[in-house]
Amino acid sequence: MSAPVFDVAIIGGGTAGCAAALALRQRGMSVVLLEKGACGAMASGTNFGGVRRQGRDFREMPLATRSRAIWDRLPAIVGEDCEFRATGHIKLARDEAEMAELERYAREARDHGLELSVVGGNAVRALYPWLGPKVVGASLCADDGQANPRLVAPAFARAARAAGADIREFAKVEGARWTGSAFEVEAGPASAHARRLVNVAGLWGGEVAAWFGEGVPIRPLCPNMVVTEPLPYFIDRSIGVCGGNVYARQVERGNVIFGGGRGWGDAQAGLSRPRAEVARDAMARALEILPQLRDARIIRTWTGFDGEMPDDIPVIGPSLTTPGLVHAFGFSGHGFQLGPAMGEIVAELVADGRTPSPVEPFSIGRFASAPPAPRLT
Amino acid sequence: MAEPRVVVVGAGPAGMRACAALVEAGLRPVLVDEAARPGGRIYQQPPEGAGRPARELYGLEAAKATRIHALAPALAGRVDHRAETLAWNCFEDALDLLGPEGPSRLAFDALVLATGATDLALPFPGWTLPGAYALGGAQIALKTQGCAIGRRVAFLGAGPLLPLVACQYMEAGVDVAAVLDATPFLAKLRGLPRMLFAPATLAKGMLYVARLRRAGVPMFFDVRRPRAEGDGRVERLRFEAGGVEREVACDAIGASFGLRSETQLADLAGCRFEFDPRTRQHVPARDAAGRSSRRHVYVAGDGAGIGGADAAELAGERAALALLEDLGLSFDANRAAWLEGRLARLDVFRRGLEAAYPFPAHMVRDLDDATMLCRCEGIATGALREAATARGAIELNRAKAFTRVGMGRCQGRMCGRAAAEVLAVARGAELASAGRLRAQPPVKPIPMLPELLS
Ligand SMILES: Cc1cc2nc3c(=O)[nH]c(=O)nc-3n(C[C@H](O)[C@H](O)[C@H](O)COP(=O)(O)OP(=O)(O)OC[C@H]3O[C@@H](n4cnc5c(N)ncnc54)[C@H](O)[C@@H]3O)c2cc1C
Repeated sequence: MSAPVFDVAIIGGGTAGCAAALALRQRGMSVVLLEKGACGAMASGTNFGGVRRQGRDFREMPLATRSRAIWDRLPAIVGEDCEFRATGHIKLARDEAEMAELERYAREARDHGLELSVVGGNAVRALYPWLGPKVVGASLCADDGQANPRLVAPAFARAARAAGADIREFAKVEGARWTGSAFEVEAGPASAHARRLVNVAGLWGGEVAAWFGEGVPIRPLCPNMVVTEPLPYFIDRSIGVCGGNVYARQVERGNVIFGGGRGWGDAQAGLSRPRAEVARDAMARALEILPQLRDARIIRTWTGFDGEMPDDIPVIGPSLTTPGLVHAFGFSGHGFQLGPAMGEIVAELVADGRTPSPVEPFSIGRFASAPPAPRLT
Repeated sequence: MAEPRVVVVGAGPAGMRACAALVEAGLRPVLVDEAARPGGRIYQQPPEGAGRPARELYGLEAAKATRIHALAPALAGRVDHRAETLAWNCFEDALDLLGPEGPSRLAFDALVLATGATDLALPFPGWTLPGAYALGGAQIALKTQGCAIGRRVAFLGAGPLLPLVACQYMEAGVDVAAVLDATPFLAKLRGLPRMLFAPATLAKGMLYVARLRRAGVPMFFDVRRPRAEGDGRVERLRFEAGGVEREVACDAIGASFGLRSETQLADLAGCRFEFDPRTRQHVPARDAAGRSSRRHVYVAGDGAGIGGADAAELAGERAALALLEDLGLSFDANRAAWLEGRLARLDVFRRGLEAAYPFPAHMVRDLDDATMLCRCEGIATGALREAATARGAIELNRAKAFTRVGMGRCQGRMCGRAAAEVLAVARGAELASAGRLRAQPPVKPIPMLPELLS
């Protein structure tokens, strides 16, 4: 008896992979997903939870806009509330140069369909009395928001499984190749064959690409995260700053989550750790913009692994060496928001060979001369 | 070669003995502890000047307590004692500290973790009512502040500390409403032969029980379905014993269902863990001398698995000798062998004790869905069960991600063990497979005060 050949095999159970599994099942394709740990336990489960378009590279904007629409429908799609709230996102300026930057971005954003409202001086304090005196201006994107990252990818995985996808957790893919008739995906007892292959392996996507002779200069990105004990709810927006050295949000439960700087990570060992001194810098910066945190206590710090590309935008699109292989990885610290749309876009690329979303800027071809990524695991 | 920087965390019996052995070898260890004065939990001292006699504070353990306390002046000047200092993180061979002088980082060449244990809390209806305390908390209130947790106190749980603390309360003049043991009386007999390996300790235990009996304190065994009830605070404790529904009036409860090791620093230090079926918890893997899987990191005392105060003293000293040996310094090999022999004997006693107080699994089975499991986050038992079954949370960290169990101020130090038990039963799986909550810094909450950040 020979094992079934799936229509599609997916390597990686992050938001992108789990959403793709569901979208592909909805198109009637048979799907096997292989995840080395539990679905959504890497970047997709450890991230800050920001669901924002403001501040993005404009090349990502059409994808982010598409994703934003899906976030509203998420409970209907995955069957549970993933705590997505459209709280709005404000980006803060702490001096005049930053204020000019906010205004410039807002002007350009309008051309990409993103309406931002920039206010300065007293108006900032009237709107957000809880902001510290260092803040001189704020740019609001009213329909950005935030969600609970611990819930989203697992919810997509459960929905995909319920729709008939074969989700295999704790199944590490050791290698994959095109045999001439199918992709052979090697994962010990979880090994599988499929006609198409999707590489949504996050940081490890570069390694998967290398199996097919495609080099990408991907590097680990470990944002350092901090969370306080629950406090009375007062921060009703998600917050970023120009330059990005601190960002914060308060969840309904009351905890204030903030980040800034980078932690430590050993991708080879799969170990990441927050850095105490980086957390302290972030605390100092958070206090500048949110002085009410001065009596708060920190209950936890952490980090996680995302894959960072040198130009800060992901790799999305068909392989240039191997027909039937589709890549979507290296989201460079802002792929949580994009996850839901990535499911649909990947499904389109796999099933139709094209997508209405403009993915040309993300082609793996832009690194044509890069050496294959080193083996991480 | 410069003198190696040796750090000991924990100034209880294990940590103090480790320091003494290190000092004897000519080293000057740094001793880090949250408390103002040495002694650890078991021999916790009142604030300076509050002087009640040791005999009154520690009862039959007074002589041992005094010996441990006496180590402090003897070591003064030869140990760099960082009192009131929390070691909240361990990373890249350094500890992050928070003490009276603010935050600092302390690098080490060798580290002894003697971080002790806390009560094992198991939820039951009403366990979060004001007036319900952990047994250890009840004892510390008495020892350090001369306070009782109530006027009429019921003690509930499983373990040898139950009659001990009840006796201490009674002798302090508190009305002890009842001592309710969740394990069967017959188990005590089963444990007896092995407990004879530490006859003095056994005799003390029996003496406590005898005193309580003589004073007419009601004692029940195999107590099931305890429920604390009252209007806004504890007013009574209902339970079943011998198939009969009973009730005691009380205004406070001291409860403990065993002990659990404080292992977060070992986890953050990168030590490998293994499941210990005897204490039903994951503990740092260690050899007989206390070497962890991490080079130059040693674990001793109840923080490395539950052995009790006497074993902790021996283990602390043994670990210090291993540390000296590993640093290439001279150490007394005969003494090391003797310590291991003594530890082995005490371990037989410990097995007896474990047989006498088996884990009260009925507490987990009988737990209803509505009872709160994670106090910090206010998560009910049913929510964890639902995550474990309907949402496929096969282990604790996953359950934490889905439900917030263990995600609050205590970071699961208080509810993590109970959560593992509930999760395993809900899934019909081995307890070991429920795993343990990964430690994340800080080990305990740290303030964000700007003055500490400058
Ligand atoms: C701390 C942090 C904060 C962040 N904050 C935000 C934010 O606020 N907003 C935002 O939009 N984005 C944020 N991001 C980025 C975002 O989390 C990621 O871009 C996004 O989750 C990436 O999703 P993914 O599916 O590509 O990757 P992942 O979630 O990493 O999924 C990839 C999966 O592939 C699996 N895998 C890899 N190799 C193999 C193999 N050989 N076999 C089997 N499985 C394999 C991995 O185990 C992993 O689960 C943050 C990231 C981090 C780390």
